[in-house]
Amino acid sequence: MKYLSEYRSPELVDYFLKEIKRTVTKPWVIMEVCGGQTHSLVKNGLLTMLPEQVRMVHGPGCPVCVTPLNLIDKAVFLAEEKKVILCSFGDMIRVPGSKKSLLDAKANGADIRILYSPLEAVKIASENPDKEVVFFAVGFETTAPANALSVIHAKRQGLKNYSILTSHVLVPPAMEAIVNDDENIVRGFLAAGHVCTIMGLSEYYPIVEKYKMPMVVTGFEPVDLLQGISMLVSQLEKGEFKLENQYSRVVEEEGNPAARKVINDVFESSDREWRGIGTIPGSGFELREDFSEYDANKKFQVNIAKAEENKDCIAGQVLRGQKKPHECSQFGKRCTPSNPLGAPMVSSEGACAAYYHYSNVGQNELLNA
Amino acid sequence: MCLAIPGKIKSIESMYNGTVQMAKVLFGGITKEASLEMVPDAKVGDYVLVHVGVAISKVNEDEAQKIFGYLREAGELDELIG
Ligand code: SF4
Repeated sequence: MKYLSEYRSPELVDYFLKEIKRTVTKPWVIMEVCGGQTHSLVKNGLLTMLPEQVRMVHGPGCPVCVTPLNLIDKAVFLAEEKKVILCSFGDMIRVPGSKKSLLDAKANGADIRILYSPLEAVKIASENPDKEVVFFAVGFETTAPANALSVIHAKRQGLKNYSILTSHVLVPPAMEAIVNDDENIVRGFLAAGHVCTIMGLSEYYPIVEKYKMPMVVTGFEPVDLLQGISMLVSQLEKGEFKLENQYSRVVEEEGNPAARKVINDVFESSDREWRGIGTIPGSGFELREDFSEYDANKKFQVNIAKAEENKDCIAGQVLRGQKKPHECSQFGKRCTPSNPLGAPMVSSEGACAAYYHYSNVGQNELLNA
Repeated sequence: MCLAIPGKIKSIESMYNGTVQMAKVLFGGITKEASLEMVPDAKVGDYVLVHVGVAISKVNEDEAQKIFGYLREAGELDELIG
């Protein structure tokens, strides 16, 4: 077992597709919250294989997409004006701010480094004691332990030249914002497997109960996604609402206690602005007071005005699952991955970009899905 | 962005005066470093799920096998997990 290729098995894909077709009798709208799952569904052509009654809509779970323009502007400012070594995950580098992207700033000579892990940024800080190093800490709960660990490592080593620019978003408050919306059409959720790997299931039971919303914690491979959809359709058809765990090979009921502890030590929850959606109460992480010396916002006192979003972009509806990307008048016309007008087009895990990239793979079926 | 992939722990070494366990983890043909601080009981040979340089979970073998139960009767199992 390598725990990867097995979950792409055509026989199992076929098995679960048949299960879904056998079970479904009515139309259902299902949302996968996580952008990684959106990407996998679209890239593997799964949307074109599902029966007509199962309509998948795509949630706001791409942290790169929902990072406000203003924060990208701040990162560019830190790199260009404050001459810091600005470190970032690769996904964030191409996203345009209100004037330029980090990649543009890098081309103009700013010291911007693309890293695989925030722990590498701490190493860069220890090797460059005369420079300030800032890590652009975007992510969901999945990434929070790594970003928190970087701060703990820096503190342990007594580094004074390391800080993070946080843009941390949380899944459960976003799910609530989606189901609470008057226009909501979502009837069941695939919950994000790797977020639950860290946080466990406890936060989801109240949402399932309160909104009578069935939910299945699901993995990322084609077989995972189809099994998750099959479990959800079966609940919906029976009129049940339960929290089930498809991804039990890595998700435990209580999540990962060591990771949750590190998050709790370093971060506290706060209101957060989501690009394309607006502010959602309690939906983000900020550094705790004890760690404020590692907070780039406080350290550099950057004040940058909020940037306006493009008026033609319907990202708010796309990210809530109320509209599909191709229902936007700008999709593929003025708005493309190389010139994104809004949040879901900025990274391949955003719904608009996923549809755009793979639109040649059975375009018609996909657009009708 | 929340991509996390399973890999096999090849070796483990202690860093920062024994406070941090770092592992070399094999993903297919590629080896990468990952911190084991979040999975303190992981051993050489275990499969762990790694996200941005941090192992966030061990893979539970028994749970992982369950999905193949669906194919057992169809007799298509052997070639899949062989
Ligand atoms: S296609 Fe572009 S403009 Fe339309 S909703 Fe998506 S990101 Fe916004």
